[in-house]
Amino acid sequence: MISQKVATLPPSGIRKFFDLLSSVKDVISLSIGEPDFVTPWHIRESGIYSLEKGYTMYTSNSGMPELRQELAYYLENHYGISYNPEYEILITTGSSEALDLALRAIINPGDEVIIPNPCYVAYPADVILAGGVPILIPTNEGNNFVVKANDIEPRITKHTKAILVGYPANPTGAVISKKEAEAIAEVAKKYDLLVISDEIYARLVYGVEHVCFPSLPGMKERTILISGFSKAHAMTGWRIGYVAAERYLIQALTKIHQYTMLCAPTMAQMAAIEALRNGEAEVEKMVQEYNRRRRIMVKRLNEIGLPCFEPKGAFYAFPSIKATGMNSEEFAEKLLLEERVAVVPGTAFGPYGEGFVRCCYATSLSNIEEALKRIDRFVRQHRLITTQGVN
Amino acid sequence: MKEIFEILEQNGRATPERIATMVDKPVREVEKIIKQAEKDGTILKYKAVIDWSKLGEEDVWALIEVRVAPQRGVGFDAIAERIYQFPEVYSAYLVSGTYDLAILVRGKNMQEISTFVAEKLSPLEQVQSTVTHFLMKRYKENGEILKVVKETNRRLPITP
Repeated sequence: MISQKVATLPPSGIRKFFDLLSSVKDVISLSIGEPDFVTPWHIRESGIYSLEKGYTMYTSNSGMPELRQELAYYLENHYGISYNPEYEILITTGSSEALDLALRAIINPGDEVIIPNPCYVAYPADVILAGGVPILIPTNEGNNFVVKANDIEPRITKHTKAILVGYPANPTGAVISKKEAEAIAEVAKKYDLLVISDEIYARLVYGVEHVCFPSLPGMKERTILISGFSKAHAMTGWRIGYVAAERYLIQALTKIHQYTMLCAPTMAQMAAIEALRNGEAEVEKMVQEYNRRRRIMVKRLNEIGLPCFEPKGAFYAFPSIKATGMNSEEFAEKLLLEERVAVVPGTAFGPYGEGFVRCCYATSLSNIEEALKRIDRFVRQHRLITTQGVN
Repeated sequence: MKEIFEILEQNGRATPERIATMVDKPVREVEKIIKQAEKDGTILKYKAVIDWSKLGEEDVWALIEVRVAPQRGVGFDAIAERIYQFPEVYSAYLVSGTYDLAILVRGKNMQEISTFVAEKLSPLEQVQSTVTHFLMKRYKENGEILKVVKETNRRLPITP
């Protein structure tokens, strides 16, 4: 009864691990890809206020005008790009919906979308569901997990429609430099491709400036910018995100949106307005806290002997576990069963995640320190076994 | 440098090693800054925030509004000092508004606080009047909410 497309779609690697995880008690989890902070109180309070005042109806398909206006200001102030709030911004039910809309709106059957890998679990799946073909390009520690224009160009065919990038990156924590982004932009222009840029982690960068793709020369015209409130404002459960792009693109996305989602939750839209108007100080506080945890985690992982390149964005560290001789699934499974620490095997993020695990530092410092203590013990034990095996 | 103190203010037991990693500075430098701050009184003390009700030993607290007559030359400082020297006084502030000093007093029971007000505070020459408010319930103290919220149940154990 199930469509062939869905039947053959592999289940998320995370889902598989979830079932195992649920069977083990008292686990310290470094596998939760969301902020551990609760949404700042003033934002929650606006959500409550909206319910109290009876804002329980649909909004316009594109989202509340005030919210789109605030977003237009925000993008202008932060990245110097002007979007017309009337027809270049669409409010979506989380950035996940935004990504799905973008892909469905542009893909014809068989169109190819270039995606650096390892990447967020939904990228290839959403491309397949939209009838396209994901073309995965490997990234690794050698290039700091940032795809290079030189790696993209040879993979372009007459079917290539778009390049889908997400920097700062989940699961690697990689950020893209202006130069690297510009080189990719040149390729996009040369071959007349769209860039779908998922910038949900844009605010979580440490000591570097975020590069906003559409702000690059000539790129606003060919970029679909996707973002939302989940990470910066700790609003994952509210399901509120947005797309900014050229009018003809937004029109196409809105067509699908109006027949499927209709509009984003009204309560969440009102909370998002508050987040944009008065949320800056809290964002900065959270970023500072993540940064402290990041330094602790990265330093300890390297000391433990799980080499970890310095992630400058998002809230993930992506250490190599090759020294243990295990593959990433084995490592994650054994670590969970023996030490009750949960990390996500790199392969959950695609074939090129093999040899790595994702450790999220969006959890309390005491959790991070205890987890690292256990990982240390685990690695030492398994190193020993390997050496003895060799002798 | 400010960041070091922010971290210590949140957790007085944070070690110099940990702080050094968090702020990306050498351990030696962090140690030096902390030592200096302890010496010059920037860091006054390290203490624990304790929920005494958990031990079944709930002290009685009162917030007392005190109206006083300022004195020539020393303003409110001299009378404030005479008041805050009492060990019963936990905190003392000079405030604007309808009264002058706001003091927080801690005692073993209501009797102890009443005695303090009646026999020590009110008889002071410059004290014109007092209004005592006994604390009925504590919700938040020193920036900490006095209720343990179980964080673990809120998030799924693994999310993409």
